[in-house]
Amino acid sequence: MYRYDEFDHAFVSERVEQFRDQVTRRLAGELSEDAFKPLRLMNGVYLQLHAYMLRVAIPYGTLSSRQMRMLAHIARKYDRGYGHFTTRQNIQYNWPKLSETPDILSELASVEMHAIQTSGNCIRNVTADHFAGAAADEVADPRPYAEILRQWSSVHPEFSFLPRKFKIAVTGAERDRAAIQVHDIGLHLKKNEAGELGFAVYVGGGQGRTPMIAKKIRDFLPEADLLSYTTAIVRVYNLHGRRDNKYKARIKILVHETGVEELTREIEAEFAELRNTELKLPEADIQAIASYFALPEMPDRAEGWSQLAQWKKADEDFARWVQQNVQPHKHPDYGMVTISLKPIGGIPGDASDAQMEAVADIAAEYAFDEIRVSHEQNLILPHVALADLEPVYRALVAAGLATANAGLITDIIACPGLDYCALANARSIPVAQEISSRFGDPIRQAEIGELKIKISGCINACGHHHVGHIGLLGVEKKGAELYQITLGGSGDENTSIGEIIGRGFEPEKVTDAIETIVDTYLGLRLDPSETFLSAYRRVGPQPFKDALYGSAAEAA
Amino acid sequence: MVDKVLTANRLGDGIAVWLNAAGEWSESLQEALVARHAEAVATIEEIGRKSYADNEVVDVNVVDVQEVNGILRPLRLRERIRAEGPTIEYAAGYTAADAEFIAA
Repeated sequence: MYRYDEFDHAFVSERVEQFRDQVTRRLAGELSEDAFKPLRLMNGVYLQLHAYMLRVAIPYGTLSSRQMRMLAHIARKYDRGYGHFTTRQNIQYNWPKLSETPDILSELASVEMHAIQTSGNCIRNVTADHFAGAAADEVADPRPYAEILRQWSSVHPEFSFLPRKFKIAVTGAERDRAAIQVHDIGLHLKKNEAGELGFAVYVGGGQGRTPMIAKKIRDFLPEADLLSYTTAIVRVYNLHGRRDNKYKARIKILVHETGVEELTREIEAEFAELRNTELKLPEADIQAIASYFALPEMPDRAEGWSQLAQWKKADEDFARWVQQNVQPHKHPDYGMVTISLKPIGGIPGDASDAQMEAVADIAAEYAFDEIRVSHEQNLILPHVALADLEPVYRALVAAGLATANAGLITDIIACPGLDYCALANARSIPVAQEISSRFGDPIRQAEIGELKIKISGCINACGHHHVGHIGLLGVEKKGAELYQITLGGSGDENTSIGEIIGRGFEPEKVTDAIETIVDTYLGLRLDPSETFLSAYRRVGPQPFKDALYGSAAEAA
Repeated sequence: MVDKVLTANRLGDGIAVWLNAAGEWSESLQEALVARHAEAVATIEEIGRKSYADNEVVDVNVVDVQEVNGILRPLRLRERIRAEGPTIEYAAGYTAADAEFIAA
């Protein structure tokens, strides 16, 4: 893992003290709300419906046990005993007191964490494949580049007041687990024919009220040019991005309105000026950062294969969990474990302080002290020996964290929605809970297979509904909640934006509608290996429309 | 005229509050002072502006309510959830909002 150097420590500590002074002056009435609001947002402090909310950055979703224990401590001491893991691999606390946020940030700084740039019109937390460094299909670990981008973008003087927020994601495998094509910049780490590392560069993706798939503007950018090219993109955006209308201020609109060819020409011209400047990354610097992310010393544990077979034979639930929540690691004796934060009927992404402590303990004992947060709101133990899977499972069961549903219909992404969020128009969490309960039977889930449901409580799309195989968007209509359904979205290497299927459904009817869609899929799939998404892409929306709206009484 | 109450979030901890008849900020909507005519609305708005300027509260708003059987009920779902808290069992020791109150 990356460790702070002296500069990082000094910078974060100074920032905490600066914010402490700002909060003190605000509470004393020396700073007005208008003056203070942008300052608190720069430190991750929002105001929600019921209280303040603090969003803490987890760079590229990577955590140590020590850091996870601190997150648990903060939940316990300063909040209501839980936290919410987000779709940007961060964590949010829903009940912090403004007067205590400087203390929280000070405690976070003691474990090399902060909340800087988790809000505001700046470059946000850089996200990455949650299996980075461990995945068998990876070309190289994307996190060193995410860390380089983090250092470059932190309080970048030119890019601290962009037209709008700016999100970057990096993946290092052909299989895109970081949804790079719905980011302002998506970077796909790859090798060219000469075996050199570089990036395919995508620009102008995003969700929100105007969903767009990013355009590839470079098939191969040498790794040394990462910062100069990224600077060129953000500079062109900063110069030409619209500031007259916040709904048209993201780079996706600039790409759309300018045209990708013209914008690429401008970016390339800027890049030509920057290419051989101090922004060029020396190989030694890349290697120095990469060394922080080296795989831990992982001894061969071949005994795990036979043990695992025996355990699976003896315990059906364990076998199901391994089947669903453990993925192959690049070391054959190890696996990557997904800890589902989607208990049946539970709140997607929430974890109690005790659960966070349990994960920290398990990671320290069995997983080389490393934890990841996925953008799908689960936790990951990236390096677990097959020989340790059974005790890891037992410990997760004890903590209520062993739901075997990774990638299945109950592994739902949901934004906080109207239960917390000041921007929301409708609730997301209760809808997710009801769908989860309806489909909670493990046999039924397994029969349905891979199916990603994503729910947003407003058009800002924090719940990623546009790229859900089934997406749900909550709206307010005549003072009541209504849920619009989209089908066929996907946030992987074959990204697609879901299509609206028809009129929306009232809260009490939406789970039935989902069941109708699922039953329709089960009835038309060629065989169980044809996933929902594949089937939808084959047959299109009509069979689902017919099933949903055949009787007008079913729709609102 | 639709009845109205004044709501805000307390500066120090952000907790949702409502202006009561004593001119204080209460954590309970049911203790709120109800403005039933234009002059009363103007008065509570003025109190809200002063309280905001005095750095006691932020995000001050007048919201529409209806009194049914002695219970104040905001017309908008958003405000009913603000008044009652999340509608889900979110943490040990905290109950979900009353479903009947929340229902449209």
